[in-house]
Amino acid sequence: MERSDRKIGLLSAAPITVVLLLSFAAPLLVIFAFSVMPPKVFTLAHVPDFSAYGVFLSQGYYRSFLWSLGMALASTMLLFLICWPLAFAMAKVFNHFALVITIAVVITLFVSENIRLFGWVLTLMKGGLIEGHLRAWTGLSFDGALYNVPIIIFGLVYVYFPFMLFPLAQGISMVPDDARQAAADLGANRWQIFWEIDLPLSAPGIVIGSLLSFVLAAGALAESKLLGGQTVIVIADEVETAFTYGQNWPLGSALSIILILIIGSLAVFGVSRVDLDKIMGRKR
Amino acid sequence: MPTYRATRVALYVYGVLVILFLYLPLLSVGFASVSKARYLTFPIRNYATQWYGKAFESQTVHDLLWTSLSIAGIVTVTSMFIGFFGALAFARYQWRYRGLFQKLILLPIFFPQAVLGLALLMWFNFIGVIPDWKTAVVAHLVWISPIATLIIAIRAYSFDPALEEAARDMGASTWMVMKEVTVPLLMPGVISAGLFAFLLSWGNFPLSLFTTGADSTLPEWLYAKMVMGYSPLVPTVGILSVATSITLLLVAFAIPWLIRMTRAKRLRAS
Repeated sequence: MERSDRKIGLLSAAPITVVLLLSFAAPLLVIFAFSVMPPKVFTLAHVPDFSAYGVFLSQGYYRSFLWSLGMALASTMLLFLICWPLAFAMAKVFNHFALVITIAVVITLFVSENIRLFGWVLTLMKGGLIEGHLRAWTGLSFDGALYNVPIIIFGLVYVYFPFMLFPLAQGISMVPDDARQAAADLGANRWQIFWEIDLPLSAPGIVIGSLLSFVLAAGALAESKLLGGQTVIVIADEVETAFTYGQNWPLGSALSIILILIIGSLAVFGVSRVDLDKIMGRKR
Repeated sequence: MPTYRATRVALYVYGVLVILFLYLPLLSVGFASVSKARYLTFPIRNYATQWYGKAFESQTVHDLLWTSLSIAGIVTVTSMFIGFFGALAFARYQWRYRGLFQKLILLPIFFPQAVLGLALLMWFNFIGVIPDWKTAVVAHLVWISPIATLIIAIRAYSFDPALEEAARDMGASTWMVMKEVTVPLLMPGVISAGLFAFLLSWGNFPLSLFTTGADSTLPEWLYAKMVMGYSPLVPTVGILSVATSITLLLVAFAIPWLIRMTRAKRLRAS
């Protein structure tokens, strides 16, 4: 039995492994190869000179990185604060209502993110849903809330909400009620239960949720373009510009590789700390 | 541990507020889609459904729908197949590199999609493939087949390997065990993975952006029109796209319910 398991396991893993090798690993190699090419070439038949990485340092691209990573960090922390009470309620307090929330949140995932962000533009712009009605009813007026940094963070929080909520709820549901009860019986107050029981025991969910929201927010493009106007140029935007208008593939590749290294090392570090069998509900 | 009544009420209220918050932008799009004015301002004074008529007649919209549907259809079928086997390797069989496999499968999900799209564009260029909607299928698969694998894996974790062993002990071949035991047991997971695959592909924007070449999907067209050259069709087409997703979800939920109803009726009749 064990032996056939081994063979059949390898066989079953084959289709997805082939797909990912051919269309995930291989493109990354190509990008890496392009990133060391001299500027503005479109083939790999040149002598590598690593100049694109020099451009990264000299032309102030690090600012875009700082903006992207900073806004991703801010939105991840906000998401944790916003999602925790709801995730806790879904795992421990609600019964049927937890399913209602799950379905309602999952449905929003299926709506293209740019339709939802466009909806926020219509809601928040001058003459939009909020300002327009406010003016019509009270005569008060304000300049719309768009095109600044906080609104981009707001957009990130909005779009990546499910990616924090569901892992958190899953993590909290792994906290045994007995442990919380025992702590309470021994005289722990709510804060102590949260700090000593809930937080450490739901850590896998917290790690996965924070990692997903941070990584996705750091590579996000649409939020800053649609809600932020041109206030801030995020790194994904710089990458796109280098490939399209800039026609500088090596520069775009170098920027991508740096982003991939930052995000990839975080992802690998986070994923390696989590027992996937446990969080996904292995019973044996 | 009991929670206080006030806390419970506060949490319910919070839950409802969060849901309302999530749907508020769609409400705005919905209102905008039935506004008569070419340049939208709230509050809307004249309602009209003219833009829906225009959208239904438009050849562009038909082409967009067809492209999005073809991509989502192929992605669904393929990722159900890939995900089924992937999930067995992920959750069911004990094999040597399972731990590594589980972690590597997750990497594409953690990857910035716009950058992935660009990387694929370079790759297609490198191997001499001209991008069109078929290359977008590949791009979607990179991101969606791991998700399908995870969804089916959740189902695979909860099934008892003794059932397969029993079938084998009774003399079933590997193929028969697969067909008679494994596939039926995992079917609910495979179907929900297919549903997810379709809907995620249908709504995906960042992967399609760089990989569709001259073709365009619905979300891409919407984005292009939002960024430059606004068209009053944008809210309308947006709502049509959302309505398609929701209809599909309703159908998916209704079918098991209908099957149960007809079965119950048949039982009562016999």
